[in-house]
Amino acid sequence: MRTPAPRKILSALFVGACGLSVVLALIPLVFLLFFVLSQGVQALNLDFFLNDPRPVGETGGGMANAIVGTLMLTGLAAAMAVPIGVISGVYLSEYRGSRFASAVRFAADTLNGVPSIVVGVFAYAVVVLPLGHFSTLAGGFALGVMMIPIIARTTEELLLLVPNTLREGALALGATRGRAVFTVIVPAALPGIITGVVLALARIAGETAPLLFTSFNNAFFSTSLTQPISSITVQVFTYAISPYEDWHRQAWAGALVLVAIVLICSMAARIAAARVARIRGQ
Amino acid sequence: MESTVAIPRPTVKGRSPEPSPNQQLKIDVEHLSFFYGDKRALEDISIKIQPNVVTAFIGPSGCGKSTFLRTLNRMNDIIPGARVDGRVCIDGEDIYGSHVDVVAMRRKVGMVFQKSNPFPKSIFENVAYGLRINKMTSSKSELAGRVEESLKQAALWDEVKDRLHESALAMSGGQQQRLCIARALAVKPDILLMDEPASALDPIATQRIEELIYQLKTNFTIVIVTHNMQQAARVSDYTAFFWLGRLVEYERTDKMFTAPSEKLTEDYLTGRFG
Repeated sequence: MRTPAPRKILSALFVGACGLSVVLALIPLVFLLFFVLSQGVQALNLDFFLNDPRPVGETGGGMANAIVGTLMLTGLAAAMAVPIGVISGVYLSEYRGSRFASAVRFAADTLNGVPSIVVGVFAYAVVVLPLGHFSTLAGGFALGVMMIPIIARTTEELLLLVPNTLREGALALGATRGRAVFTVIVPAALPGIITGVVLALARIAGETAPLLFTSFNNAFFSTSLTQPISSITVQVFTYAISPYEDWHRQAWAGALVLVAIVLICSMAARIAAARVARIRGQ
Repeated sequence: MESTVAIPRPTVKGRSPEPSPNQQLKIDVEHLSFFYGDKRALEDISIKIQPNVVTAFIGPSGCGKSTFLRTLNRMNDIIPGARVDGRVCIDGEDIYGSHVDVVAMRRKVGMVFQKSNPFPKSIFENVAYGLRINKMTSSKSELAGRVEESLKQAALWDEVKDRLHESALAMSGGQQQRLCIARALAVKPDILLMDEPASALDPIATQRIEELIYQLKTNFTIVIVTHNMQQAARVSDYTAFFWLGRLVEYERTDKMFTAPSEKLTEDYLTGRFG
């Protein structure tokens, strides 16, 4: 028996359309990586990682202060958002039927959709204004606020994937509900939760808007929590809108470093999750 | 439950064979009904179970035998909308009473599930879990001793003694189920509830579980739900036959399989339905 010709043609058309869509979807990514890589590599050298920015007119200099700043800001955000987010996620999955949980879920989804500049304004109002000046704390707070709903919802969804039979097994051994959750259910979902946290980190590491009026920028190296601090994203923004050729090259290099950090984070998350899973034999 | 088939009502419902007045009953269920929301899943069940016997619950799918088993350690509590009427006494105390410590009760009434459910931890940590959360051992060596003893009781020790710290999920299905039995035995329950413990296992693994049940009954009171009538005949002393949420007949296993008193039981056992 032979396949009728019209059906063959239709099948080929659909396969072709699918392939074309994939190619179209990948084109921006390929171009982005290509440009960032080709432009960024030119300005990338050891000095870029070790030196702070030089004044206009002097060539050289780097983004050491901005790289440290980004690490501090994301670290602060994680310290704030991981405990709150994971515990909220546990609450959402444990009390999923309750009215309060539905309200929290709705609030988290709304917060997730709030434009990041609005989160920046919020952080400006609650941290910058009382302190009287821009600071690392304010920037970390703004990023943390953005991270909480992502982690809470990811954690909730991963906990719901843990088979209920594990919960029953723990309860049948005389575990209380809380014990069952924190000694069996959360550990079972841990590889996924780790991945979720790191992906959330990678996402907020690339934020610029919430930092513009919270941590602002700093031309000098600083690790103070109460002083303004530089970050790669804000530094790239500052350099990119400047009229100086040398700064443009530095902006490309900064973009490349940022992409590399995000990529390394994602890979580290996958490796960590795979290792935890392998230890357990999953 | 609704049925289009006319169901003959048993003349004597849930009667217990040869009750011996001197012996304290292990499990005494009186007029138990169970509801999932508005749906009645169990209707007026009464059954008396003596210590150190194996009782099998048989019946077609959906007859309520698993639901009934799960009322015996209040495992249905976690199902939203579930409701229980009647009394379930274990060692004379109603486990649905208002002052009952459910957590302590579940430690006394162990459970093995249809699908083996080892925790994603090492073999050792699986067995140690109940001991740790209930703080039942005071030293590391005592803990290790109890783990070893439980694994030996579950006839698993020789197979796993060299890889106690490897993942439990790397074991075979039959080994995982025996690990779950060891885990339940470690906290020294009085009663062991088994919900189709061998339904996912091959015949050889099934045989090992059955031999295990036979050995365990000297120390435990065992209630086993099974789909397999031959299995019920092999392992149990008493058999209870459930049909559409009712207990139709409860009798010594040898008598039930040779001369059942109910027509419905006979039809089921001879394969006319179910």
